[in-house]
Parts: sequence; C-alpha cells; structure tokens
Amino acid sequence: MNTALPTKTNRAKKRYLASGCVLLGLLTTAFAYAADFPTAQVNTTGLAVTDTEVTVGQLHSATGTMAISETGSIQAEQLAIDQINEAGGVLGRKIKIIVEDGASDWPTFAEKAKKLLVNDKVAAVMGCWTSASRKAVLPVFEKENGMLYYPTFYEGLEQSKNVIYTGQEATQQILAGLDWIAKEKKAKTFYLIGSDYIWPRTSNKIARKHIENVLGGKVVGEEYYALGHTDFGSLINKIKLKKPDVIYAIIVGGSNVSFYKQLKAAGITSDKWTLLTISVTEDEVLGIGGENLAGFYSAMKYFQSLENPNNTKFVEAFKKKYGAKSVIGDVTQAAYLGPWLWKLTVEKAGSFDIDKVAAASSGVEFTGAPEGYVRIHDTNHHLWSKLRIGQWQTDGQAKVLYESGLIEPNPFPKGYQ
Amino acid sequence: MSSYSTSELYSIFIMQSFAGFSLFSVLLLMALGLAIIFGQMGVVNLAHGEFMALGAYTVYLCSNVAHNQFPSLAGSYFVFAIVIAFFVAGLAGMFVEWALIRFLYKRPLDTLLATWGLSLIMQQGFRLTFGAREVTPTLPEWLMGSFKPSESIDIPINGVFVMGLTLLLTFAVWVFMFRSKTGLQMRATVQNRAMSGAVGINTKLVDRFTFALGCGIAGVAGAAFTTIGSTGPDSGSRYIVDTFLVVVFGGTSSLLGTIASAFGIAQGQSISGFFLEGTMGKVAVLLAIIVILMIRPKGLFAGKVRS
Repeated sequence: MNTALPTKTNRAKKRYLASGCVLLGLLTTAFAYAADFPTAQVNTTGLAVTDTEVTVGQLHSATGTMAISETGSIQAEQLAIDQINEAGGVLGRKIKIIVEDGASDWPTFAEKAKKLLVNDKVAAVMGCWTSASRKAVLPVFEKENGMLYYPTFYEGLEQSKNVIYTGQEATQQILAGLDWIAKEKKAKTFYLIGSDYIWPRTSNKIARKHIENVLGGKVVGEEYYALGHTDFGSLINKIKLKKPDVIYAIIVGGSNVSFYKQLKAAGITSDKWTLLTISVTEDEVLGIGGENLAGFYSAMKYFQSLENPNNTKFVEAFKKKYGAKSVIGDVTQAAYLGPWLWKLTVEKAGSFDIDKVAAASSGVEFTGAPEGYVRIHDTNHHLWSKLRIGQWQTDGQAKVLYESGLIEPNPFPKGYQ
Repeated sequence: MSSYSTSELYSIFIMQSFAGFSLFSVLLLMALGLAIIFGQMGVVNLAHGEFMALGAYTVYLCSNVAHNQFPSLAGSYFVFAIVIAFFVAGLAGMFVEWALIRFLYKRPLDTLLATWGLSLIMQQGFRLTFGAREVTPTLPEWLMGSFKPSESIDIPINGVFVMGLTLLLTFAVWVFMFRSKTGLQMRATVQNRAMSGAVGINTKLVDRFTFALGCGIAGVAGAAFTTIGSTGPDSGSRYIVDTFLVVVFGGTSSLLGTIASAFGIAQGQSISGFFLEGTMGKVAVLLAIIVILMIRPKGLFAGKVRS
C-alpha cells in the first residue's frame, strides 16, 4: 500500500521505485493510493486538498537581512517536497507549494501566515527562522489552527500544538557540548559571548547554570554585542587578560566574519586557545573562511560531512539541484526534515485535518533523515536528536569528533531558567 | 587586577591603545566622504553607506577576476582594487548627482527622502547582482595575521593597513581642499554660491565634482572594510548611523571637527568597551554624545560662518 514510505520493511521496494523505471506503474499506484483515501474523508475541515493535489505554504525571508540564513532552508524544503512528489506524494496527492516572503520583517510574517491559512487554506506551512518571526506567527497559527514546521535551533521555553520544532531546543545543543569540552580539554573557566538578542542570551543563561552547577567551572566573562557589530578589539584584549580555558561564542550574522577574522589577526588561534560555538554552521563558514576558523569547534546535530547512506544521498541531491558549490548547514538539514515528517504524520493519521495531524505527530519516526534516525517526542512536539562536535577544517567542512546518543528534547528545563 | 603581572598589563595596554586607534581610523574613513557631501554641500545623503558597499563589492569582483584570470596578481590586486573602487563609486556618484541630486539642492527634506529611496534601490540591486549572502573577497596573505613585537603583544596587520590608508587619504583630502585650485573653488561655492558664480566658477560642475569625490572616498572606505568584515546587500545601512554620528558630532562644516569627533568616539567606545560589557559600552558613549550635543548643539567644532 504505502508506495514510498522509507521504513525498514519496504526498503527493497523503495529502491526499486527510486531506480526510476516503470514510471507509469508508479503513477497508477499513486492514483490507486489516492482513491483509497477519498478527499471527503481525509479533509473534513475545508483545507486546500483535492483528489490529486494538496497545497502547503512556505514562509521564509527571501529578501532582507535574514535572506542570507533562510535561503538554505527554502532550498532544502523544496528539495524534500520534490522528492516526496517523485515518490508519489502524500496520501497519493502531489504537493503544491505557495511561496510567501516574510521579508525579514516580523509583522509581514504574521500577515503572510494569516494569508496562507485563511485565504489559501494550506494543509501545513514550512517556515520561519528567527525566534522573532516564530513568535510573530504563533498566535496566528493557534487562532486559525494551522500546522507550522519550524527548522531552526532555538532557545526553547515554548511548545505549541500547532508547531513541530525540527531543530534543537537549547539544552539539546548546549549541555552535551559543554560536557564534552569540559572532559576533553579539562576546561574549568569559560568566557561567554553572544549577539544581543533572545537566543544567545537564553542559551548563555543555560550554559552558565550548567558550567557553575554541574561542571563546577567558572564563568570569567559574559557579554553581548549588537547584531552587525564589527569591532571586537576591546573584547579580544579582555579575553587575553582573562585567559579562559574555553571561549564560548554565540555570535550570529555578519558579525561572525569580523569576530573570527579579528581573533585570528590578534593571535587567538586553535593552537593555544579553545573555542566552542553553537552558531556557526557550514553556511557561516562560507563567509568567514575556513582558514579563519580552523581548529575551532561547533556543537550541532548535523554536519555536511556526516558519513551515512541517508546523508550521502541528501548531499548529492542537494548539490545536483543547487550547484556543486552549495553547502549544507545544520538548519538546512532540519528544514529538509519538515516536509518528510509532515508526510509521515499525515499518512499515520490517514487525514490532512490539522487536529488529527497534531495528535498523530507524537512518536512519528523518520529513518531517512540525513542526521540519522529522528523521532518526534511523545508530548512536546520537539525532536529527539543527537549532538555532534565538529572541528572546522581549512576547506570549510567539519571533522566530526564526537557523537552523543539520542537526547530527549526538554524545552522547559528545570534548574536552568 | 592584582593577579596580573606588570608586563601582562603593559601588553594589554599597548594592544588596547591600538584597538582604539584602529577604530578611530575606521570611523574617520567612514566619515570623510560624508564630511564632504553633508558637511560641505549640505546634502543629507542617506545612500552614503551604499556607496561604501559599492566599493566593497568592487573589491570582491576584482578578487574574483584576479584569482580566476590573473593568478599572478593574487598578492597585489588589493591595491589596484582600492583605486578601482574609488573610481567606480566616484563615477556612480557623479551619475547620481546628475540624475537626482542637482534637482534637489533647494529642497533638503526631499533630498532625505530621495537618497533614502536610492539606498533601497541600490540595496536591492546588490541583492539581485550578488545574492543575499554576505561575501568576502579572498585577501592576500600579507594582509592577514599579526606583528609580534614581543611574546604577548599581537598587532593585527589589517588594522595597521586601514590606519595607514586613513592617514594617507585624510592628508590627500586636506591637501586637495586647502592647497589646490579646485579645492578653493569648492570652498568658495560652499561659502557663497552667487558670488562664486559671479567670479566665473562653474558652480554646477563644482557640485558634481564634490559629490563624486565624497562618493569615491566612500568607495575606498568600503574597499578597506573588506579586510575587517564581510559585505552584504545591507552592509551600507549598518555603516550609515556611525557615519552620520561622527560627522554631526564633529560639527558639520569642519574637517578638523570630523577628525576630533572620530577620535573621541573611538577612544570612548574602546575604553568603555574594555571596562564595561559590550552593549553597555556603546550605550555609555551614545549617552555622552547626547549630553555634549545638548551643551554644544552645533557639534564639537562649529563652523565660523558670519550671519
């Protein structure tokens, strides 16, 4: 029945289909499949679902300051949807995308979200990137009862029936990384640095509690710089004076380039210093330049260099569609999970209805994820995921040094707030 | 601070002084072009930051050409790129003056709106041409890294480079404005347009040239900043606030004021950044500027104009 569910039981069949032969056969099975789920039955709330098609929305910033970061997510989601369509669609229906541009402006995000849900009646939305945009659309999704798949690692402290968080909440990204660096480098003193907004501040708060209460270490400095700040001379001198065992950096956007270039120019390099960041992915390294980062560490759930069959296929497909020079960062991979998790959930629920999809989400497993097996948590709509430590190389790729077990998402961590 | 040795504190003092001077030269470089356009001509050019971005993108293009077509130039292209950036931004400025600004000299508030619109157009132009991602040119090896006069002191070479360039450019602007005939005509036009016209100065041409010069200098500033940070379509809007801050604080019609203001803001920011936390340092400096501007509304060095 399920023509292309990438589960263990029908892997052989999937390979047969993926080989591309018998296209006609594929189409007939797809139609037969759709006929098993009459529209009246799978869509009782008036969503944009027909006998052959289901409409989803995509809501990211294609313009404005966030376009730099969100482009990768847009591409990954479209790739996933293409692949799902090639494999027969969702409940036999092809996915049609309506793309809206949030334009890096939070009220615009809210307005476009409303348009997608109220006018277009989309069955799900893949979208948002910054916490600010998510906070702006959240009331809309809750009021109009929509389904949002949100890809970015973020600060936690949120949970909604209407959102599936495919990135890590803060504790999943921070705790295991700090544990590793404390053990591996015998680190006792930490210097916390961040861009000045909610995610770095909340993350550093969690990091500080963990360092002080669990690791028995000491935070020797904590400071924040406005987004777009480019002069880190004074900060670097303070770091040199305090000599922390670990520099813990959560700098985002264009500031990253200045920060790492200036560190290097000031002689803070990996031969004498240890730096761990949770805000640098392959995307950022493209701008910073691998040579300015070489030897420093990132804590992420995904690196492009991961070696497993899912990832090999994913990287190959991504590069084929978007060019050999394109790179894939952590969030891009998390965005790729969105459409797949939605498809699996809909097929588990046997319905596109938002309430049924939201209810069926708990425990949905995706074995085809490039990061490896993922599962939606039973109660909180976040993903179980691993944490990896990658060491940056001059070519802009990371060498994965450590991989944790699956970490339970805990968006409201007790003792860390 | 008792736990630190004297030599350590000495090294930090040296490096911190350097950080202050480095920021000073960055701010001055940013403000120099605007000091001419805003200070001398009175044109509120909100697209000034975009001319810097234009210079930065020029360097990026030169870097690509040098590395793909002429690998032998990979080490030296940067110097040429700065000169090219000056002319690209200058010519663009000349065109903008001809197409837009010259109609608005008597309507300063409309200039504000028109140049803001221009900045949006240029930003979108960059986005369409170079993509939304920030770019960095491949810089020659000799620009990266640091001097090590002693074991514990690192002086970043790119900082020294920007400092040298700023000195050179400031000196050139000074010589041009106060020792050349064209400079004399420019100053004359600013002080009394009607009388300048009467003695045979082509004031329209002078306007165009002055605007182009300011934009060209912005292009050089943008080119120099590629050694410090990355360039994106909206980099210009990040520079513009600091740029206006320096020019207004210094007193709009005084070149010396611009220099003093850049120095004051840079040292203030650098020192407060060291003793306070990052964002708080900036807040302290901005508060100080507000207070000083309340006491001296025309800036540090108010122009001596007879009323």
